[in-house]
This record gives sequence, structure tokens and C-alpha cells, in this order.
Amino acid sequence: MLDKHAKLERNALAFVFAIIFVASIGGIVEIAPLFTIDETVEEVEDMRVYTPLEVAGRNIYIREGCYACHSQMIRTLQDEVERYGPYSLAVESQYDHPMLWGSKRTGPDLARIGEKYSDAWHVAHLINPRDVVPSSVMPSYAWLQRNTLKYEDLGLHLSALRKVGVPYTDEMIENAAQDAYGQTRPDSDGADGFLERYGEDSNVSAFDGDPNRITEMDALVAYLQILGHLTDVAQQTSSPEQQTSNLANGD
Amino acid sequence: MISQLTRDERSSAMILCTILVIFGGVLGIAGRDDVLGFHGALLAACGIGLLFMIMNRYHDAEPDPDGIKKYYDDPTKVGVIVSMIWLVFATFIGDWVAWLLVFPEATFDAGWASFGRLRPVHTTGVIFGFGGNALIATSFHVLQRTSRARLSDNISPWVVIIGFNLFCLMAVTGYMFGITASKEYAEPEWYADIFLVVIWVVYFVLYLRTLARRQEPHIYVANWYFMAFILVVAILHIINNLAVPVSLGHAKSYSLFSGVQDAMTQWWYGHNAVAFFLTSGFLGMLYYYLPRRAGRPIFSYRMSIISFWGITFLYMWAGSHHLHYTALPHWVQNLGMTFSIILVVPSWASAGNALLTLNGAWEKVRDDATLRFMFVAAVFYGLSTFEGSFMAIRPVNSLSHYTDWTVGHVHAGALGWVAMITFGAFYTLVPMLWNRERMYSSRLIEAHFWLALSGTVIYVFSMWNSGIIQGLMWRAYAENGTLAYSFIDSVDAMAPYYVARAVGGFLFFLGGVIGLYNIWKTIKMPAQENAPVYDLPPVVDPEPAE
Repeated sequence: MLDKHAKLERNALAFVFAIIFVASIGGIVEIAPLFTIDETVEEVEDMRVYTPLEVAGRNIYIREGCYACHSQMIRTLQDEVERYGPYSLAVESQYDHPMLWGSKRTGPDLARIGEKYSDAWHVAHLINPRDVVPSSVMPSYAWLQRNTLKYEDLGLHLSALRKVGVPYTDEMIENAAQDAYGQTRPDSDGADGFLERYGEDSNVSAFDGDPNRITEMDALVAYLQILGHLTDVAQQTSSPEQQTSNLANGD
Repeated sequence: MISQLTRDERSSAMILCTILVIFGGVLGIAGRDDVLGFHGALLAACGIGLLFMIMNRYHDAEPDPDGIKKYYDDPTKVGVIVSMIWLVFATFIGDWVAWLLVFPEATFDAGWASFGRLRPVHTTGVIFGFGGNALIATSFHVLQRTSRARLSDNISPWVVIIGFNLFCLMAVTGYMFGITASKEYAEPEWYADIFLVVIWVVYFVLYLRTLARRQEPHIYVANWYFMAFILVVAILHIINNLAVPVSLGHAKSYSLFSGVQDAMTQWWYGHNAVAFFLTSGFLGMLYYYLPRRAGRPIFSYRMSIISFWGITFLYMWAGSHHLHYTALPHWVQNLGMTFSIILVVPSWASAGNALLTLNGAWEKVRDDATLRFMFVAAVFYGLSTFEGSFMAIRPVNSLSHYTDWTVGHVHAGALGWVAMITFGAFYTLVPMLWNRERMYSSRLIEAHFWLALSGTVIYVFSMWNSGIIQGLMWRAYAENGTLAYSFIDSVDAMAPYYVARAVGGFLFFLGGVIGLYNIWKTIKMPAQENAPVYDLPPVVDPEPAE
């Protein structure tokens, strides 16, 4: 064995190939099957896509590094299910390019934050977290309310997302900018067109409280309000009570 | 620097700078409505600056033809200094964001100063800026000495050093502007990623070409590790960063993978960035500088082989332990846990090999802070690899995951192992490089040592405490069967530990400043006529140079 290794040590190229071979095995065995095995991701009929405004909001969430302190992955542990809601299923992040499961909870998990609080609560909280949670250590994001959202190029974003596998239609891509606008203006023509394309259950709201401007705050709140509601499968297939009965505490 | 290049080499360098200017210009024009434009301009400006530098000195005398018989250490010198500057910058940012958790209002009402944008500045600055430059610099030095050959050419080491630092610069400025791909430790966007691939290929080719000139039949252990570092980081980087840009004028891109596949790919990358960047590379450093400083050969060749192939094979399976109890299929979680536990064997073989090499030189460890840095590094390497395997066990992970315990673990590795081994290596290397008898001040090395060690211990202990308290509070039930604490209760409980952590981080930062000062003063010391001869010279073609 040592003799063979002594030979290998004399040949740089052979050494290079040995490293590549040995290092590749783990990734091939663990990752490749995830793309082919059907059970990896559940099949769900009511799974919807992010609206253009929500895509913009998600990009702000990424830009600000929210994922550094907030996870979006409720683990299959009893206390987590009781604290945050049904544990996360693979299908719920099927259209998340990239995923934002996170790795640290300096703040709470956000996988099911949507519709838990009002838009006004989110706006107040983002402007100054300590106004609503006195001992919060989250930074203030007041300037989101001052920044006008850049939404003209959302069509390009949707079209890039389609290339990586999100099923946006041509119509959605064409009307992306208009739909972002429509989602923030209840009872307008834009809102009607938006609802037609994304379904009657989509949230139309003046998220930041000012229907006359479309701000980064609008987009981020729209995104936060949809978290956990792209599909109802987690709620339907098992109530939290049913889920917890499947779980052991700890393992 | 430029005086060491022949006129032909100066011409090729100018062509490369022109290519950089053109590439930067194209990016700048394509991305003029985006931060991409700023990065294009940055590249172009650097290219123009370098062009002027070379043009100014173009007609200077050519270097002494005998110089080719010596090792080429200018890139290593630059790498060492730049690495220390990154260390001071990035640990300052790290300590700053630590204080932000104590004083969350200190963001100047501006996006760039918030925790979320500054955190990757800290991690990228430390891992890639400090760690990456340290690895590149020491790998050039070790490669030449263990091969007894000069680097294969004079241009590509500069491409690697300058290009890599431009990548780091694009990364950290991008985060402050809000450009990030959000994948932890792989945050730079598509254009910076492609740029790094080119730099990395040059690095790899340079490594292989120099190895091909080696006069020692066997490739030394340190070079196995450096090769594994270069190769596997390339594989990880390319696969994890596959993405579709919004357009060629947008910095933003969308990851090719989504959801569970993306999570697995990301943590396969993330964990192996730890393995092949922060472990393999720095083990390469250890295997050269520790025996040299101790004046003793490596304890066991057999243990070196076992730990090298063990680490190279096993680490790639371990990434899924970052995803216990998630929507990742159960079998992948279990594989990750199993391999993570086995991983303690080759890790401890490396740590043991290092410590047993010191066995018999303990009086040197006591008296010489430089060697003590490397000793402490080996101890922390052993401790944090054991801790890592422990935390990968599913029930343990159910408590530790998402908490500060993970942050403490990472810093035990990054401060205790990666930084300490680098300081030991640098204090050994700097007098060799600049031909000095010794470092400027051994008392400052002592001061640095105790600051770094106490800072690390305070940091790690406070994060162990906060992490375990957090984890226990989240899962605590009251007598009536409801959760005992709200989330904000657990945030309130962290307050004293966040202060302690920031104090520990500050001590570590202070040590880094002292280290940079000491290295600078060593360089500024008058050259010594009778400085020791540190190395056997390179063997230059048929006749041995003596």
C-alpha cells in the first residue's frame, strides 16, 4: 500500500486525477439522486408562483441579507411545529431560486410568517422594530419606505426564472411591470388584470399604506405576506396536532 | 516588483492589463444602469493603473539574468502583506457587526451599514481576503522550497494574486451595494464567479507547471493538500454558482437549482469550503512551517497519508448534516451524519501528527510564541473537528442548529485553527522572505499570541453559553404543556453574551493590528549582511547550483 502511494507521489497528474475521483464520490451519491427520485419533492396541485411584486420583494430580502438571521425552514421537531406551524415540505420551496432556508435564527423563523400580522404591523416593524418589539435587535429598514421600487425590468427577471424552471407564462412575463403596479393598487384596472393572471386569492393591497407610490417597502411586505402560502398542502395534509403526533421530541 | 520582470515579460503584462481594461470596460458599459457598471469601472481602473505602473518602469534595466537561479518570492511578499491588511479590515467589520447586535440603532439609517449587508463583508473578508491570500502566498513559498524549483514563470503568480484580490474587492463592495447571490460563503454574483474561475485555472496551471520542474522525485505532503485545495474548491465553486443572469447588463442572477436540491448543493459547497479551503489548504501550511520551526521531521508519514485521503474522501459526504430535520430526504441526512462522525478519525490523525511532531520540542513551544501559535492551532483543530462531528449527530444538532453554538464552533475553527496557524506560518516566513535574522519584536509576538488566544476563548465560551441557552429555551415547555418562552425571551437572554463576544472579538482584532505592525517593522528593519541562509537554493538545470 505504502509502495503504491510512493509511486503516486511521484506523478503529479495521477495525483490530480486521484483527488478528483476520490472527492467526487460523495457528491455524486448524495446530490445526483435528488434530481431524479420522484419522492424528493411532493407533487401538489395548488402550488402557485411568486407574483412579480413578490419576486421583487424576495430580491430585497436577499439584498439585505435577511437570511443571515431568519430561517425559512421549520424542522420536524415538536417545539418548532408548535411555535411556527406545520413543518416545511420540499415542495414549498420548489420555485425558490435560490432557496432561503437559512442557517441561523438570531430572529425567528419566517417560513409561515405570511398573513400572521397585518401589512401595517410589518411596515411599522420594518421602519423601527423596537416600536413594536421593544427589545428587538433587528436593524431599522426605514429607508425601504423612501426608496421607489425599480419594477420596469421585472419581465426580464420572470423570464430568467422561467429559464431555470419556474412556469411563468408569456402573458405573465409581458405584463410583469404592470402587474407589480396593479398588485399595490386595489380596485384599479391593473389589479383586475393581475388577479386574472395570478388567481383571485392573490393579495392585492397598498402594502405600505400609500397607494400612490410603489416602494421597496411594498415589495418586501408583499413577499413576507405570501411566505408559507404558495400552497396549502402543509396545512391540509396534516394539522399541527397531527404533525406533532408524528414527531418525537429531539429525535 | 516590475524591476524583476524582463522586458518581454513587461510587454506580456501590459497585454494582460489591456485585456482587463477591455473586460472591465465591456462590463461597465453593459451594466451602466446597475452596480455591475461600477464593478466594470473598478476592473478597468485597476487595469489602467497597472498599465501606467508598468509603462513608467518599462525601460528600466532588465533584471540580473542570474536572478532566474533564485526562488521567486515577490508575489509571496505581496500576498503576506495583503493578507494581514484583509485580516485587520475583516475582523474590524466582524467586531462591528457583533456590536450591532448590542446597539442595533448604529446603522446610520443607511442600507450599507446594516447587519445583513456587512455580515458577508466580514465572512468573505476573513475567509477569502485573509485566508485566501495567506494560502496563495504560502503555497507559492512552500511549492518552490519542497520542489527545489523556481515558479514556472514570472507573470502568472501576479495574475493569481492581483486577480484574486480584485475578486475579493468586487465581492465586498458588491455586498454593501446590495449585490449578493445569498448563498453563504458563495455570495458573489455570476460575473465575479466567472472571473474567479479564470484566476483559479491560472493558479492550477502554475502549480502543475512548477511541480513538473521539481528536483525532488516525491511530491511533499504539503503540496498534496494545496493541490486538493485548488482542485476541489474549483469543482465546488463552479457547480454551486451555476446561475442564469437576468441579462448581461444585470448583476442579479437566479440560481439554476431551487429548493431542496439547491439547499443540498449549497451545503455540499458550504461544508467543503470549510474542508478544502479552511482545512486542506491550512494543513498544507502546517505540514511545512510546523516541522521547520520546530526543527523536527513530521512524526508519521503513514498518518499523513491516512489523514489526507480520509479528509479528501469523507468531507464530501458530510454537507447534509447542515440540513438535519429539514425537507431533505432522510437517507441523505443519515449519510451526512454517519460520514461526519467517521471524519473525526482522519482529522485527529492530522492533529495528532502535528502534536507528536512537537513531542520532544516542548521547551521550544514554551519559549517561542511563533511555534506556540502553531501548537495552539493544532489543538484547536483537534477540538473543533471533534465538536463538528459531535454537532453533526442528529439529536445534538436538533439543539445546536440555528443557534449561536454554530457561530461559536465556526470561530473555534476560524480563529483558533485557521488564523493561529497562519500567524505561526507568517512569523516563520517573514524573516525568511525579507532576509532578516528574526522578527522585529518577539515581545509583540507574545502580546499578539495572548490577545489572540484570550479573544478566541472569550468568543467561543460566550457563544457556547448563548447557543445552548437559546436552544434550550426554544424547546422548553411549561407545566401546562405550552412553550415556556416566546422568541423574544430568548433574544433578551442573549444580551450579556453578545457583549462578551464583541469584547473577545475586539481582543482578537487588536492582536491582528499588532501582528501587521510587527511585520511592517520587520520589513523596515535595515537589511542584514549576515542574515542566516534559510533555504537550499533551487536546483537549476543540469548542474546543481552551489
